Amino acid sequence: MSKIAEIFETMEYGPAPESSAPALDWLERHGRSFGLFIGGQWVEPRSGETFDTVNPATGQPIARISQAGKEDVDLAVEAARRAQPGWYALGGHARARYLYAMARQVQKHSRLFAVIESLDNGKPIRESRDIDIPLVARHFYHHAGWAELMESELEGYVPVGVVGQIIPWNFPLLMLAWKIAPALATGNTVVLKPAEFTPLTALLFAEICQEIELPPGVVNIVTGDGRTGELIVRHPGVDKIAFTGSTEVGRIIRVATAGSGKKLTLELGGKSPFLVYEDADLDSVVEGVVDAIWFNQGQVCCAGSRIIAHESIAERLTQKLRARMETLRVGDPLDKAVDIGAIIAPVQLEKIRRLVRQGEQEGATIWQPSWSVPREGYFFPPTLCTNVSPSATIAQVEIFGPVVVLMTFRTPEESVELANNTRYGLAASVWTENINLALDIAPKLKAGTVWINCTNLFDAASGFGGYRESGFGREGGKEGIFEYVRPEWEAASEDAATARAGRKRVAARARSGRKLDVTAAAAVPPIDRTAKLYIGGKQARPDQGYSLPVYDPGGRLVGEVGRGNRKDVRNAVEAARKAEGWSRTTAHLRAQILYYIAENLAAREREFADRIRALTGSGPAAAKREVELSVRRLFTYAAWADKWEGAVHHTPFRNVTLAMPEPIGVVGIACPDEPCLLPFVSLLCPVIATGNTAVIIPSERWPLAATDFYQVLDTSDVPGGVVNIVTGVRDELAEVLAAHDDVDAMWYFGSQEGSAMVERLSAGNMKRTWVNYGRAWNWEDEKQGQGAEFLRRATQVKNIWIPYGE
Amino acid sequence: MIEATTAQTRAVAPAPSSAPPVRAERNPGIPLELDWIRDVRVNRSAVERRAETLPRRRTVKKEWQVAWLLKAVTLLDLTTLSGDDTPGRVRRLCAKARQPVRPEILEGFGVSDLPIKVAAVCVYHAFVETAVEALRGSGIPVAAVSTGFPAGLNPLPQRLQEIRASVEAGAEEIDVVITRAHVLTGRWDALYDEVRAFREACGDALLKVILATGELATMRNVARASLVAMMAGADFIKTSTGKEAVNATLPVGLVMARAIRAYRERTGYRVGLKPAGGIRRAKEALDWLLMVKDELGTEWLRPALFRTGASALLTDIERQLEYHLTGRYSAAYRQPLA
Repeated sequence: MSKIAEIFETMEYGPAPESSAPALDWLERHGRSFGLFIGGQWVEPRSGETFDTVNPATGQPIARISQAGKEDVDLAVEAARRAQPGWYALGGHARARYLYAMARQVQKHSRLFAVIESLDNGKPIRESRDIDIPLVARHFYHHAGWAELMESELEGYVPVGVVGQIIPWNFPLLMLAWKIAPALATGNTVVLKPAEFTPLTALLFAEICQEIELPPGVVNIVTGDGRTGELIVRHPGVDKIAFTGSTEVGRIIRVATAGSGKKLTLELGGKSPFLVYEDADLDSVVEGVVDAIWFNQGQVCCAGSRIIAHESIAERLTQKLRARMETLRVGDPLDKAVDIGAIIAPVQLEKIRRLVRQGEQEGATIWQPSWSVPREGYFFPPTLCTNVSPSATIAQVEIFGPVVVLMTFRTPEESVELANNTRYGLAASVWTENINLALDIAPKLKAGTVWINCTNLFDAASGFGGYRESGFGREGGKEGIFEYVRPEWEAASEDAATARAGRKRVAARARSGRKLDVTAAAAVPPIDRTAKLYIGGKQARPDQGYSLPVYDPGGRLVGEVGRGNRKDVRNAVEAARKAEGWSRTTAHLRAQILYYIAENLAAREREFADRIRALTGSGPAAAKREVELSVRRLFTYAAWADKWEGAVHHTPFRNVTLAMPEPIGVVGIACPDEPCLLPFVSLLCPVIATGNTAVIIPSERWPLAATDFYQVLDTSDVPGGVVNIVTGVRDELAEVLAAHDDVDAMWYFGSQEGSAMVERLSAGNMKRTWVNYGRAWNWEDEKQGQGAEFLRRATQVKNIWIPYGE
Repeated sequence: MIEATTAQTRAVAPAPSSAPPVRAERNPGIPLELDWIRDVRVNRSAVERRAETLPRRRTVKKEWQVAWLLKAVTLLDLTTLSGDDTPGRVRRLCAKARQPVRPEILEGFGVSDLPIKVAAVCVYHAFVETAVEALRGSGIPVAAVSTGFPAGLNPLPQRLQEIRASVEAGAEEIDVVITRAHVLTGRWDALYDEVRAFREACGDALLKVILATGELATMRNVARASLVAMMAGADFIKTSTGKEAVNATLPVGLVMARAIRAYRERTGYRVGLKPAGGIRRAKEALDWLLMVKDELGTEWLRPALFRTGASALLTDIERQLEYHLTGRYSAAYRQPLA
């Protein structure tokens, strides 16, 4: 029987290989050996070190790659530094033209990029061809637009400067685009390190940069392993680090950059839930699971690796999944009819095997299809684990492979509880035909992206990024753009030394005007007042019975405050967590309460002004002005409360992508020493206006205005626990807050050392931090002391994708 | 070299036990199960996504493509349903049905022994006798579109009478069209009774139920109508008459295939799928085969369970086959007319 006749009978699939010839030609043209791309030139590494990149489908080396050492990274950063002012000065339109050219070039060479990507990474050609590369082009197009619009849409913002970017191996070129496009659009220059497993498409991209005559130094590509990454992270000439990779490395980077003043965005790991309700279209759910966990071999940070299904449909879903798994095809990534390619490297394959074995030992039922995977190369079959409890290792740990666990729930409430029972918070998928349920669940999920009845959809117009230990910052959309700029005034802000000099001047002025007050005060002895802590809506004595004296600038004792300790902070955080219902109140109500606080503060304006004068020795006009400004600030954030809105992103699908700003959760705030009231109000208001709850450490030096303030809160209908005030030694308390895993964000305005400490300790649970690095802040200034920047820091954007159509 | 799956990591769970065994006999239908109809959920966007990516996930090349194209020929209901049909036109179509691919092409592929002929010839009732005569001895059945095709709004007794007349005239397969109003108004019992009556009128003839999906408004309606037709005893469910504004689309076919799968899982009976209308390119025909293979399984790729209703498609398949043989792109005029 002829071969055709045989196939006619069996109707089996045959090989359908994509030719690798053009990609191999390209490699040969480079002698299968690549230098570094620095200052627009290909240079040999000064380190003299090289390594091989390997095809995971065969285990064979493809090309020799340079390992960038210290000198090389120095050169790259210098080149970027030199190029940056000119690149920004070119203007948005000129930068837009370059980004447009990048998009066009990627499209023109799309198949070459796709084949090289699959060779180097092992992902199926279908994915690199249909998903990765088109998204890359789209990202450059979209950001060409942001370059064009920067001057008008980002007024008052300037580039960060030189950005060090470190990207992973799972979506090599796509992650490059996510990093380079927004950076370049906003006038930054970059030093980018591709992953050592997958450097090739970045090198091809470097050629494109040459081809379009991108000014030298705007994009620098340095290859190498983690050592090169570390050199970039620690380099003093780098103004920002953008990293995508494991939470483990992200944590190291957070600690390494603490106190350096480097802006930081981290896109880290995940264990994303995939929620299936009883009224879901189960056949579509099955394809959703395929896209969720058998996309890119499951080596996806936002992979839906935890199926959480309603008990009533779990068995049917399991059967359907098993049947579908039988029809998945694993094999040669360059085969056009292959669903699952090769695992990146033996080390990853071993990790997957180990975790699956462990899952089995812990009692899970492991199911794999009946067919076997190729023996050559690094392959692992699709795997479904049932009988998994939330406490199982495989339900908690990111496997980063084609392995999914299935758990069950009884009620929607329980589904949310299970979904959020993780340190991560990158993405979630919700499957139900009931829009009421879907839109009820989506906001409750701790995840940066929520896909309703879909999964793993990406687009340049929609921000992507994590909650919790999945990192912070967004990539894509307008929310992503702000990660690459900073307020203009900040660039020009004075340093702490100048601020200290200023304080002395204030103190000197105060001393000269003090005499009168002393005489007046001496006539009647004041009633002794006890300022307590304010926790859970109640005045609380400090855990330990110690008080701190408060002196005026002349050294006279004006009062005492409780010295809070770690237990007081713990109690305050607990109260703040318990008050989370605040985030579900309407913005209108929060605005009403802020107005009410303002009203009550204004009614006691004189008393507060007197207090400020007594504490700081400032003149009556200045004291009055500080109270007035505080009232204004309350009004400002009452105004903003129902206007800090989200957006509907124009993603190219039939769906609405809702970008919703959500409160971060419990926010710790450490106030600067002075002024004594205005920063307290300026920091607290945006935090609570957006639905967060706060634990706030007032001015260490003059805390009594803040302790007076709790009486205002008490009379203004602020629910207990929304604002918690702990007085004491700022850095002592800030340290406890920064290291507290149930605090979601930390704002610190104190010393340089304290800033570094906060950033370092925040790595524990990857809390969002905002610190002043010891720099003075002009709180009276409307640009510095209030506004969108504060609101942006107080919220994180969740993108909810809702496809529609009946 | 890495061994990817070890015996230790594989603990194959028992196969699903609740599904009834597959039954070889013709689907007799089952009582109408309204709860099942009400429970149907179809997410349009997700279905469209699957239908869009499916042809990009699967492809066949070289010898595989040739074999699959030949298979597509044997799954073809070669159709003429025009107002200007004449006995001469129908006889020409039947001649083509007997020899859909030029013998020298089959020889070139070394498959002269394969029984390459179309699955059926589909005509109006008026031409059943002509077609039966023209196909005598070929083993190719004649299919008739009865029941007041394409609107299907003639009085029921007339439609049933038409079926019986077609069967009597020698049609072995009957393509009927449902009353869309029953679906659009949710009268599932009426739809069930209608299809049941068609089935009874068919007797031994194969019943293909056209849902006219382009007029059913929603994917959920397509799924529900599919189930009701199968419950009422359809041997095939068919997408379109070819006369609606929108005919056979892959998303609709996917919904119907999944309904067929659900019906098989629940009852054990296998029902066939027939997309018809608008399928003109060899590539589209292959996409349907890929979809059916992946969603229903390879066993569905035979005339008893899958048909494509088309007329112009065959010429394109022939052109592709000739290209595979000669390496030169072919022209339509080189392929004998139907």
